Amino acid sequence: MATPAIPRAAIEDLRALGKPLEDVLEWVGDLGLFTWRVAKAMVSRPFEGAEFLRQLDAIGAKSLPLAALAGAATGVVLSLQTRDSLMRFGAKSLLPAVIVFSLVKETGPIITGLIVSGRVGAGIGAELGSMRVTEQIDAMEASAVDPHKYLVATRVVACIVAMPLLTIAADFFGILMGWVASTLAEPVSLRLFLSNGFHGVTFNDLLPPTLKTSIFGLIIGVVSCFQGMRTRGGTEGVGRSATSSVVLSSLFIIVADVLLVQLILEFF
Amino acid sequence: MPPPTNAVPPIAVAGLRKSFGRQTVLDGITFELASGQVTCVLGRSGTGKSVLLKLLIGLETPDAGSIRLAGHDISSGSLRQLNDARKKVGFLFQQAALYDSMTIAENVAFPIRRHTTLSDAERNDRVHQLLESVGMDRDLDKMPSEISGGMRKRVGLARALALEPAILMFDEPTAGLDPITAAEIATLIVELRDRRHITSIVVTHDLHSARSIADRLIVLDRGKALFDGTFENLNRNKDPFIGTFLKDAA
Repeated sequence: MATPAIPRAAIEDLRALGKPLEDVLEWVGDLGLFTWRVAKAMVSRPFEGAEFLRQLDAIGAKSLPLAALAGAATGVVLSLQTRDSLMRFGAKSLLPAVIVFSLVKETGPIITGLIVSGRVGAGIGAELGSMRVTEQIDAMEASAVDPHKYLVATRVVACIVAMPLLTIAADFFGILMGWVASTLAEPVSLRLFLSNGFHGVTFNDLLPPTLKTSIFGLIIGVVSCFQGMRTRGGTEGVGRSATSSVVLSSLFIIVADVLLVQLILEFF
Repeated sequence: MPPPTNAVPPIAVAGLRKSFGRQTVLDGITFELASGQVTCVLGRSGTGKSVLLKLLIGLETPDAGSIRLAGHDISSGSLRQLNDARKKVGFLFQQAALYDSMTIAENVAFPIRRHTTLSDAERNDRVHQLLESVGMDRDLDKMPSEISGGMRKRVGLARALALEPAILMFDEPTAGLDPITAAEIATLIVELRDRRHITSIVVTHDLHSARSIADRLIVLDRGKALFDGTFENLNRNKDPFIGTFLKDAA
């Protein structure tokens, strides 16, 4: 008995349904290959010291005011909101500790990660995307220079190094402005605020949450460079790369944060 | 300078095929370039001329066929072999592709800094000489965005010459330029052949420039090399496409 033929329209519909999944799998595969290539470029000579320092300045030093401002604003808001809540429960004396723990363990790292992914992710996506569509990356390859090493590895390592430093800055300004907001409501010396705030804080409360932002840096660097390097379609494509760099790196930072918090709680 | 007696052709291509999706762009292209000659590749838009150049420099991978560039098999060799070959080649892109975060001098210095051990002073001298040879030695500290399209092409040519290549590749070197600047670029290409015995392959639509610079012409149509020879032979060719192409391009 002959097998009934599957209608052509049904096959086309199935193909259309499978296309987005195929695209996602292709994207993930390409990202994996790209990451492997960049990892190899990072550890092979010659090291691009001068370009790395230039990127560290562009990614780290130039993000410092934004990270500091975000940290400061978070500190003020935490102080104002938490003070009100703690007063209801008669635990106002815990305010410094709540601000310090909240900033150091979670708010500082995640705020810094998202702020930097916005500023740096868009910048890298647009810059590399623009270089791709104007054939500057082709020109680099044609002159026997590996763009994965010169352009990508330097940016990724700069993101990895800069993130913990920016997080420390955000934490510092957050705690400082938390104290300012607190002391405006009810005067308290900085020494006493810090003494109460850091009472009971251990090395494990400080170090893992700060160092986890290196993973955020890795995500921002790799995703933004990947989106920039695969740009197609002229200036419109550059815009798409800049946007997708920010959206994807922010999304992956949030997901990674959930996993990293679980790991930190498990091991530290 | 007398031509070097080198039996290995600077570029040798055999059975080259390249498709993008279902569209076959190049279909069985075979040629060898003679040392110290200027070869122009002509054809309508979309016939794969720029793709051919990108294949020759390893920016695209062929689906089939072999490419030997400066004695290296780049179609099946390693990345190191490809980069060794690339160091002997200068490439001028259609829009010059200058690095827009670097000054003009830094653009030209970039390949020298990467691939030579010259001191800072020697490198600066070399950059100055190169930019002087293309008439751009007064704009060393300008950014690419501050100069015209013709000037960018000159700087791109200086950068392409930075490593003293044996082979030059040009992608539409006169496109978008005024007739005087286009003629100046064409003259530079001929001078490089005559003075330095550089082998050049030039992709162009500009039949006028091709006539003035080419020792040999290759006409591409629908992925195949429809004609390969001198300008005189091209004029005598009876193929209807070539007749139309010459008539429309004149």
